[in-house]
Amino acid sequence: MDMFMEILSGIFLLIGALLVLAGGIGLIRFPDFYTRMHATGVTDTLASTMIIIGMMLLNPGALVIMKLIIILLLILLTSPTAGHALAKAAFRSGLKPISNNKSQQESKSSKR
Amino acid sequence: MVGVVVAIIWMKDLIAVVMLLGIYGLLTASFFMAMDAVDVAFTEASVGAGISTLLLLVAIAKTKRKEHPSRHKPLLALLVVLVTGGLLIYGTYDMPIFGMADAPAHTHVAQRYIEDSYDEIGIPNIVTSVLSSYRGFDTFGEVVVIFTAGLGILGLLSTVNGTGTRKKLPTINDSIENQHIVLRIVGKILIPFILLFALYVQFHGEYGPGGGFQAGVIFGAGIILYAMLFGMDIARRVISQSLIQLIAAFGVLLYGAVGVVSFLNGGTFLDYNVLLENPVAGQHLGILLIELGVGMTVASVIIIIFFNFAGRKGPQQISDDLGA
Repeated sequence: MDMFMEILSGIFLLIGALLVLAGGIGLIRFPDFYTRMHATGVTDTLASTMIIIGMMLLNPGALVIMKLIIILLLILLTSPTAGHALAKAAFRSGLKPISNNKSQQESKSSKR
Repeated sequence: MVGVVVAIIWMKDLIAVVMLLGIYGLLTASFFMAMDAVDVAFTEASVGAGISTLLLLVAIAKTKRKEHPSRHKPLLALLVVLVTGGLLIYGTYDMPIFGMADAPAHTHVAQRYIEDSYDEIGIPNIVTSVLSSYRGFDTFGEVVVIFTAGLGILGLLSTVNGTGTRKKLPTINDSIENQHIVLRIVGKILIPFILLFALYVQFHGEYGPGGGFQAGVIFGAGIILYAMLFGMDIARRVISQSLIQLIAAFGVLLYGAVGVVSFLNGGTFLDYNVLLENPVAGQHLGILLIELGVGMTVASVIIIIFFNFAGRKGPQQISDDLGA
């Protein structure tokens, strides 16, 4: 049983690490600020969640698991908000998302 | 870390430099964690990666964003720095090798702290016992330095708002303020917990990593978050300038008063053994009071610095006033 929990927690940690790597690759390769924000906002939150769940599965004791749950709630609450704040600040400052020129005349949609 | 420092010196865009400084603070905190120094890592993470980045960004918002190009090559200064650095490095050759077990720091003083700290003072966290009790006078100096920095900021930057600037408080129902609604709601959820966590770190510093400095920084950061989300006017009404100055001064006064009460009870300055009948209980009381003083002063000085930076007009507003 312990061996199974350790392997499972290792899988979660590995998924978290791969998500961080994917977010980093997206940060460098995406063409525009808003798409980069999308890449890092989603993957960072999910990666932190996976890593924390992986740590919880190692069963370090009830008090540490409680603290990890609180940290998880904090990350789930603040990381998307930080991404939202950045994107909103960029939009209010006038940074326009990239689009093809034809569709820019028809649609007025942009990230709000 | 060396790469980050080189990038900091090389880059001309100040916002990128501030972000790199935040990254450097985080790397240093992880480095301290890797060396098992948890209290120092906590303080470095909260101050270096948190508050420093924030206050520098506020300062950049009030000044220019690009670094001013230097007009001359500072070769003489470079020579002086290289000579002084070289002499200092040469002087370290006589010191014992880093981490060697029979260095004097590890055999005399550290041994006494590690062996006798629990019997004499009775708290599990040796870092707090060294910081507040064995080396309490040095910590007093640190608190006075922080207070003096706050005084300097107040003397240079303080703008006194006249009583004629009372305007109607913007409420949450104004249509203009709905723009920030996500941030405000998340902020309203989180700020009480941030302040509660600051209090937890303050009073739990004896049993785990924590203590006055970290708690003061976290409390100040919570109040700054409130001021940023809801506007400086409401924040100034919640925490008025005179109250903050009073709390800052009171923190230092509390620290000094503990020392003077030790005088009056027959001991030396900041000797907590004589505060109560039982020496160990006296140590507990003394550490509690001075950590409270440290936390109060640090929190209020950070709030003072932010309120005085943010209250001034930025270059955009000044040019608007001149153009209007």
